Amino acid sequence: MAERATSLGWQVIRGYAVLVYIFMFLPVMVVVLLSFNASQFGSFPMTGFSFRWFIELWENEAILRAFRTSVILGLLTAAISTTLGVLASLALVRYRVPGANMISTILIAPILVPEVVLAVALLLFLNFLGVNKSFTLLLFGHVIFTLPFVILVVQARLISIRRDVEEAAMSLGASPVQTFFQITLPLMLPAVLAGALFAFTISFDDITGTLFWKPGGVETVPTQIFAMLRNSISPEINALGTVMIVMTVGLPLLGAAIARQISKKSGL
Amino acid sequence: MSSVTLNNIVKRFGSFTAVHRTDLEIPEGAFLTLLGPSGCGKTTNLRMIAGLLDPTEGEILIGGRRVNDVPIHKRNLGIVFQNYALFPHKTVAENIAFGLKYRDVPSGDIPGKVQAALDLVQLPDVGHRYPKELSGGQQQRIALARAIVIEPDVLLLDEPLSALDANLREDMRVELKRIQDQIGVTTVFVTHDQSEALAMSDQIVVMSAGRIEQVGAPQEVYNNPASEFVANFLGASNVFPAECLEAGPSGAVLQTALFGKVPLPVEKSMRVAGAGPAKLVLRAEKLQVMKAGATPEGMITAPATVETVDYQGQTVRYFVRVGDTQLQAINMIDGYPFSKGSAVTVAFRPRDGSALAGR
Ligand SMILES: Nc1ncnc2c1ncn2[C@@H]1O[C@H](COP(=O)(O)OP(=O)(O)OP(=O)(O)O)[C@@H](O)[C@H]1O
Ligand SMILES: [Mg+2]
Repeated sequence: MAERATSLGWQVIRGYAVLVYIFMFLPVMVVVLLSFNASQFGSFPMTGFSFRWFIELWENEAILRAFRTSVILGLLTAAISTTLGVLASLALVRYRVPGANMISTILIAPILVPEVVLAVALLLFLNFLGVNKSFTLLLFGHVIFTLPFVILVVQARLISIRRDVEEAAMSLGASPVQTFFQITLPLMLPAVLAGALFAFTISFDDITGTLFWKPGGVETVPTQIFAMLRNSISPEINALGTVMIVMTVGLPLLGAAIARQISKKSGL
Repeated sequence: MSSVTLNNIVKRFGSFTAVHRTDLEIPEGAFLTLLGPSGCGKTTNLRMIAGLLDPTEGEILIGGRRVNDVPIHKRNLGIVFQNYALFPHKTVAENIAFGLKYRDVPSGDIPGKVQAALDLVQLPDVGHRYPKELSGGQQQRIALARAIVIEPDVLLLDEPLSALDANLREDMRVELKRIQDQIGVTTVFVTHDQSEALAMSDQIVVMSAGRIEQVGAPQEVYNNPASEFVANFLGASNVFPAECLEAGPSGAVLQTALFGKVPLPVEKSMRVAGAGPAKLVLRAEKLQVMKAGATPEGMITAPATVETVDYQGQTVRYFVRVGDTQLQAINMIDGYPFSKGSAVTVAFRPRDGSALAGR
């Protein structure tokens, strides 16, 4: 940025970047603002500030049910994905598994495959097996495509934990299992938490796969919004959107803060 | 405290043999050093004793008991790693107490033992700190305290000093030796630093390419190397071809091209059995460079020319030419060294040489 010419170039790029961000975030801001609008119609100008739509959300049985479904689904997905992800990472990083590279590629693949393709493929496969759509199937699908994120995060952390720290623990008399719980797990806890949060938010946020896999009558928050949008644009949707934004942005931020706190304490 | 025995140990990684058939006896309470260049199999041997690697063949005994099938956490060993390997999420005191939790130590006794270990390594006040709040040298002391507080049968150290800077390394070397003397634990120490090995060990095992070249006390290994490799690995030596004229209970006589007949005392000529081809080994420190024409009493001399002068203050290293052979001499100096190109006399006492058999 020392020269005028490049400085001008940078100005243009910076301006462009700002425009892109505005384009991306303006609608989000509009939704959040309008969710506090007192008027019946979800549009500007705002006629007053109110929590009316949030209260209506709270009283809407269908939305509450969807919310509960989403939370349960997210928590189960996070628990299963994290457990599997930690085990898989341990196997891949710490033990010489034959074909480790291929297994790793297969486990990571769901990130690379477009979600629609994955969704259809899984559905067809299960149809072929004669399995009906069910909550379990939905959960299964969510686990499959949140697993890669957990594995990537946990693996990266595990690689940075020196093997000799574990060896030292064992030489002092801790069995491999005790070593895992005393040394390895605490050291990778930030990554495990991050992985769990990732899994929860991705699951909570997901619509494509969910639309394919959910059994009739079960709605998650995103599919509920989707369904409501088809009928009318109620200001309730803005309020619901705001809740979603708070959860999917706020949770990871909270998680990052906690993880940083843990790392700071353990001196890593 | 226990002895350690390696019987016929072989370690292969795939088709690569890292340790060739090895027998080794480490007496109870000894400080034994595995010394050798990078990749010669020191760590591999140590890790087999530790139980971190399984030998491909042979057996390992600790205190007379076969431990091949005993997993590491049941071997009661203290291990100190090159990079300390302290638990970063535990305080110093928790680090040291870690091994005690897995032993039948009443929990009331643990703080006392931890404090005693901290006192032993002369860091009595750091128990509440986290490892990252200590310097490298302090961390290594804590690692040592953690390894010895469990009163291990054997203490294993893999280049524990190599991550420290030079001054600290020398202090720690003295410190480590003091602690080992004090608790008397059988110790296996791995290093590729010859001065560490010479300073600390009761016994040195010199290794090369997966084989043991020589086992002996430091003075023995230094003064009477068993092979050309050992002669050159422990400091600098001149090795040149000779012909053994006779060898017997009163010593040997070697005929050399550069110095004529060299009589060696018996303890320096054990490695030649009788007349035949041999090699004369002469440490660079034992070859004296003197002014031309000197005829020192009881020394064998030859005229030489100084080719290179490597001045190091207290000492100087010369490369001198005798005939068509270049020899190395490391001498203490008082004043100024000989200059490059000067004609000098090189001299040595016959008993400072030693003989190797073969070409
Ligand atoms: N897991 C392994 N797989 C294959 N080869 C190995 C393995 N571990 C060690 N080796 C090889 O065995 C040989 C001896 O290794 P080792 O680590 O014992 O050397 P070292 O004497 O400790 O060397 P350094 O001074 O560099 O630590 C080396 O050639 C090394 O490449
Ligand atoms: Mg090594």
